[in-house]
Amino acid sequence: MSDPVKDMGAKTETIARTLLVAFLVSLVCSSLVASAAVLLKPRQVANALLDMRRNILAVAGLLDPEGDVNELYESIESHVVDFETGAYVEDIDPGTFDPLEAAKDPERSVAVPAGIDVARVGRRAKQALVYLVRQDGEVSRIILPVSGYGLWSTMYGFLALEADGNTVADITFYAHGETPGLGDFIVKPAWRALWRDKRLFDESGDLKIEVIKGRVLAHDPLADYHVDGVSGATLTGNGVTKMMQYWLGDHGYGPYLRNLQRGESP
Amino acid sequence: MSSAAKRALLDPVVDNNPVTLHVLGICSALAVTTSLLPSLYMCLALTVVAALANAAVSTIRHVLPSSIRIIVQMTIIASLVIVVDESLQAFAFETSRELSVFVGLIITNCIVLGRTESFASKNPVGLSFLDGIGNGLGYSVILILVASTRELLGAGTLLGYTILPNVADGGWYSPNGMMLLPPSAFFIIGLIIWAVRSWKVEQVEKPGFRIHEVHRTEAL
Repeated sequence: MSDPVKDMGAKTETIARTLLVAFLVSLVCSSLVASAAVLLKPRQVANALLDMRRNILAVAGLLDPEGDVNELYESIESHVVDFETGAYVEDIDPGTFDPLEAAKDPERSVAVPAGIDVARVGRRAKQALVYLVRQDGEVSRIILPVSGYGLWSTMYGFLALEADGNTVADITFYAHGETPGLGDFIVKPAWRALWRDKRLFDESGDLKIEVIKGRVLAHDPLADYHVDGVSGATLTGNGVTKMMQYWLGDHGYGPYLRNLQRGESP
Repeated sequence: MSSAAKRALLDPVVDNNPVTLHVLGICSALAVTTSLLPSLYMCLALTVVAALANAAVSTIRHVLPSSIRIIVQMTIIASLVIVVDESLQAFAFETSRELSVFVGLIITNCIVLGRTESFASKNPVGLSFLDGIGNGLGYSVILILVASTRELLGAGTLLGYTILPNVADGGWYSPNGMMLLPPSAFFIIGLIIWAVRSWKVEQVEKPGFRIHEVHRTEAL
């Protein structure tokens, strides 16, 4: 075994030499990392878009493992909705409208008032992008993008409702940073299935949907509105509940859903 | 291939396996082995990182001041891991999502730093590269064994193809749910270590100390 210090004489150990080596290693490593990030970015962006479409198809109930995602996605109708009035906006092209991008632009977004920002959304675009699935011309599912803070970071997902705008069809999360093996229960098919046929609002129109602690018991009077939580991942479950409270509330899709329930939408 | 090269490449597979002999890299071996496909990507990622990190550290071993050698090795390993992680996100998106943080955690995988520090900083580039591949292979053998067992017994499939038809789908096999939980990997790795050490008795560690049996009269 040879000693590298002896091989080179004592020269390698001077402070100047040490700094030089540290600098050169950092320079080479950082340029390697930077060029990988830049060169691979377009592919990653394309993958992320494809994945988002796959998630939309999944909650739409149209995902076919054999089919081409982009081809299947063409059957999904997207619309821009004004949050305040809950009406469709015709002069913004849903094909190019990006709500997450618009949320960063002070002109096109509003700050969520601190008192109601339970999901820690911060800012949201003035308009929403919603997706509709039609069956024989009739709307069969409404897909709403939702987001909110979990334990570690913001979770982004889609909530699919039946045509009544109150019954849940499915929910999916396409980006989250919850604890692997614990908080990531939110993407597990078994948990998603629990949401099926849950209701959001009770008869008087109050939002009741909630991810509770532990299992929903059969005699729970609110069983229709409660979803099982996972112990050890309470904050992730709370994050989902708060996300529902914000996005389905008056500052979120509330006005749009009321319009839908009154039948005032295409 | 010279005998030194062969030894660098093949020794870590069984005789000097990083997982079964040195019991390194257990964290990821527990976490990613619920199914075979992500495990294969994990093996590939670790082998690439170990080989390239070894080669890089070996290349600069004569100019590397020993006072900063560990942090320089970490920098090199971390950079390589980021590149591998970014590539997986670009070329194997679904799998990279399944592997989540565990690709990033290759940075802290003791196998990689262990090899750069104990082998690559004292050996020529070619040999160090082969040593990295060899240790990657040693890790891969164990990971593939564990992942195949867990996926087969836990879900009745291999790489997603049904091998043992599930009761739920009208078959006869009732999946063992415990296999999908991390502790099962502990048991399987333990069994593998037991098997290897029964076969290669020289790998059994000498007891570090012996419990002294005290006679009751002595205790008084």
